[in-house]
Formats: sequence, structure tokens, C-alpha cells
Amino acid sequence: MERKVYADNAATTAMSRTAIEAMLPYLDGIYGNPSSLYSLGQRAKEALEGARADIAACLGAQANEIYFTSCGSESDNQAIRSAAHLGALKGKKHIISTAFEHHAVLHTLDRLKREEGFEVTLLDVHRGGVVRPEEVQAAIRPDTCLVTVMFANNEIGTVQPIAEIGAVCRAAGVTFHTDAVQAAGHIPVNVAEQNIDMLSISAHKFHGPKGVGALYCRRGVRLLPFIDGGAQERGRRAGTENVAGICAMAAALKEACANMNANAAKLTKLRDRIVAELTKIPHSKLNGDMARHLPGTINMCFEGIEGEGLLLYLDDMGICASSGSACTSGSLDPSHVLLAIGLPHEVAHGSLRISLSEYNTEEDADHIIKCVPEVVEKLRAMSPVWKEMERGEKQHII
Amino acid sequence: MALYSEKVMDHFRNPRNVGEIPDADGIGEVGNARCGDIMKIYLKIKDGIIEDVKFNTFGCGSAIASSSMATELIKGKPLSQALELTNKAVAEALDGLPAHKMHCSVLAEEAIRAAIKDYYDKNGIEYDKSLFPEPDEDHEIHED
Repeated sequence: MERKVYADNAATTAMSRTAIEAMLPYLDGIYGNPSSLYSLGQRAKEALEGARADIAACLGAQANEIYFTSCGSESDNQAIRSAAHLGALKGKKHIISTAFEHHAVLHTLDRLKREEGFEVTLLDVHRGGVVRPEEVQAAIRPDTCLVTVMFANNEIGTVQPIAEIGAVCRAAGVTFHTDAVQAAGHIPVNVAEQNIDMLSISAHKFHGPKGVGALYCRRGVRLLPFIDGGAQERGRRAGTENVAGICAMAAALKEACANMNANAAKLTKLRDRIVAELTKIPHSKLNGDMARHLPGTINMCFEGIEGEGLLLYLDDMGICASSGSACTSGSLDPSHVLLAIGLPHEVAHGSLRISLSEYNTEEDADHIIKCVPEVVEKLRAMSPVWKEMERGEKQHII
Repeated sequence: MALYSEKVMDHFRNPRNVGEIPDADGIGEVGNARCGDIMKIYLKIKDGIIEDVKFNTFGCGSAIASSSMATELIKGKPLSQALELTNKAVAEALDGLPAHKMHCSVLAEEAIRAAIKDYYDKNGIEYDKSLFPEPDEDHEIHED
């Protein structure tokens, strides 16, 4: 039996033992509704508030600035719509974002544009996949109500100059939101030091459960409800709280933050070894500025092949990874992130994302280093595009 | 993987008839790299029979499997029969393709037609032009 190498941690992570243990008491025993006044409910309420304080501490926030949601996408939707609608009340209907945001952000902005007449400026992320704070500054207008820039990109792993962008927004009096789904628990996030007004996180990206997220909203920044109903979350998010999930999210984030330096050191070493070997594959390209990068994410393109075949063969060898090819994105176009960093369609189709976690081992890296070149070669051997390039009938692009 | 049938996975893992025929009698290439699929079919033809067929494909798992299956279906067959091969027949022989991958079977049908047309053109053989409509550039529309 081939070994199993899970290398798609930017998609989701395995739950940590700590997170599983943290959720069990609230699945089996303390099942009360935190809004109920008898002790079974109040014990759940205490757990909920403990989790809120823990998450706040991990992010450099105050407990009353944390709102629990069902996922990162919900947090993004609520933050953006709230800031947009509050802006519109003052006649401000311009939003600044970037071309390579997560679809939870881009599709929300599209809808605001289409249905409510907002104007959206999507900033260039340049070849390296990094936004320039001075370009944020230059894009701000008197009617700008929101800047939303992701903390770290989910596909190529580049980390944005969030504190600098936050400072620009703070000085201009514009609300600043960041989708920190890929960053929280992996690299230092501190909303106070980094001048962040609103921030989205998702538990399952740092070994917590799926179906739970949080939105930080700085005191003094208004937050409109997204789901109407009961008075949960101080009236900002109705619906009985996912107590077990929230407790597990807090435990997972605490654990990730406590081990952040050790994990990052381990991951960087694994990542750099894989990168050093895989970049030896001829006509391959490493995507994203590696000087500003998440410790565990690698994104590469291999010319002359298509990503889905790559993933299927890797799956046969026990490796779980992902790609930004059209076939895997479910549309005719490859990933908008790869196009945003200027890759031609042909090259973007042959992309591979390997995203590691601290659960990966040196042996996992060995297996990746052995399998990826074999699979690339196998696919190139049947690719008419690759053969034309090799015969010189067509120019290599990378 | 539940995405594809076992048949698709078999033809993807062990594609039949991969390669090129240096002295091919007919070559057909369809698709484009921008969209992420290119299929190239090589035919060796003798007395109206497809003696040998090879393919090269740049594309996803179902594109490779469709090429492999299509070449199997026409190998040793008369050209008249190969011209009757439909994308549906290719997909059925693979025990079905997901709806959004049906265009891969369309590419296989088109690549074979293009290769046969190339053979006819090279050899000055008369044929019914209506048998060879222009390949559908926007093959994605076949998916629904």
C-alpha cells in the first residue's frame, strides 16, 4: 500500500486531537442552549464566552469584538455587506479590493456592483502576488467606504502588507477588512497592531472543525446583522450558537498560536526542500513571491500538462493536492488567482498547489519529491503541446 | 474516486494507443491550449481500413480517457464506420462521463473526423462535405 500524504491543508485540515476533545463535552452532555437560563444552558454559555475570550486573545482583540459565524465565507459576506450598506447611507459607494481575493469576497462585491450600484476597484497584485500599500492609498476616493484585502492568498500563499494597508486606511478614515482565513493560526495576526477593523477566520483551516468561523469587528465600527432572528451574538448574528464547534475552534486556534513558531520552522524547512527539488523539473515555475509567503504553501506550474490529470495520478500515489486548472475550477477558465499574477491560460492550466501542515513529515516530502516529477513526465509524454515545444515548433513560455 | 467511472479511470491510468505515427496517413488536431484541452489523432489507413491509430492529448482525466476509448473503438474498423462514431458512443463505452466533461467525448469525435478529413484531402479522395462540419470551437456548450 502506498503511503497517504495529505497535502491540501489550504483546502481543509485534519482536526487536531485537542480540538476534538474540546468539542466532545458539548456534543455529549452539555447540550443546553446558551440562551437558556437553567444551569445546563448557562454552562454552555460559559463555554461560549470562554471560547470568545480565547479567540480574541489569539488575535489581539477584545472578547466583545468577536462574533461567531458558520464559516469564513459568512464572515466575509457580513463584513463587506455591513460596511457597504453603512457606507451607502453616507453616499459612499466605492469599495477597493484585489483581483485575487477568495470568491466569498469577489462574488459579494460583484453582487453589490450589479444589484446596488457600487463601484469596485480591484487592485493589481503584480507578478509576485503582493498588493502595494501605495496603490491602496492612490485608489482611495472621498466616496470609498471599504478596503478589503486578504491577509494571505489561498492559492499561491503570498502574505500581504496588512499592517501598512491598515495604516493607510486608518489615516484616510476608511474601514479595512481582511479575509485572514489562510493566515490565522499560521502567521502572526494582531488586529490592534496591524490596524485591522474587520477580520474573517475559519476554524477548519487550523485543525478545527468545518462549519464554524468568526468575524472580528473593532469596537467603534458598526456591524449590521446578516442573519435576522434572535438576540444571539449581541444582535449581530441570530441563530443558536454552534457551541461544540466554537469551543473546538478556540482550542484549535490556541494550540496553533502556541506552536506557531515551531510549526512555521518545520513547515518552512519541508516546503523549501520540496521547492528546491520540484523546481528542477524543466519548464516549471514557482508562483508567488517566496520572500512574503505562508510557511506551508507551494504553488507551481508545469508547462505542457493539465492540472486535473496531475491530481488524479497523484491521488493514485496517495497524494492529496489541488490545482487551479479549468477542469478543477469547474469552468472554462483557470484560476483567477493565477491569471491575476499574469500567467497565460496555457500555463495556469498546469498548476499544482501543495499545502502542508505540521502533521506532514520528512517522509511525506520525500514521497512528493519522488512522485510529482514522475507524473509530470508521464503527462508530458502524451501531451501534443509539450511535444511541439520539445521539437521547437512552439516556444516554451516558462 | 467517485468523480469518474472505473472505466474512465482504467483508460486514464492505462491509456491505450498513446503516441505518434511518424508516417501517418491522416492527422487531426482539435481543441486549444487556452481552454485546457488539445487532442491529436494519427491514423494509418490501408484499403479504407484504420490499420493503426495513436493519440496525444493535453487535457484532463476524461480527455485522456476519451481519446483512449475512441481510438480503441475505431482501430481496425473501416473509415465509414469510424465516421459514424459519436461522442455519445465514446461516453457510453466509458460507462458515462460527468455532464461537465461531455465535451471531452465531443473532442474525441471531432479529432477522429479531422484526421479522416486530412487523409481524404491529402489523397484527393472525394467526400461528402456535410460529413465534416467545422469543428465546434466552443465545444463547452455540449455539456448540458
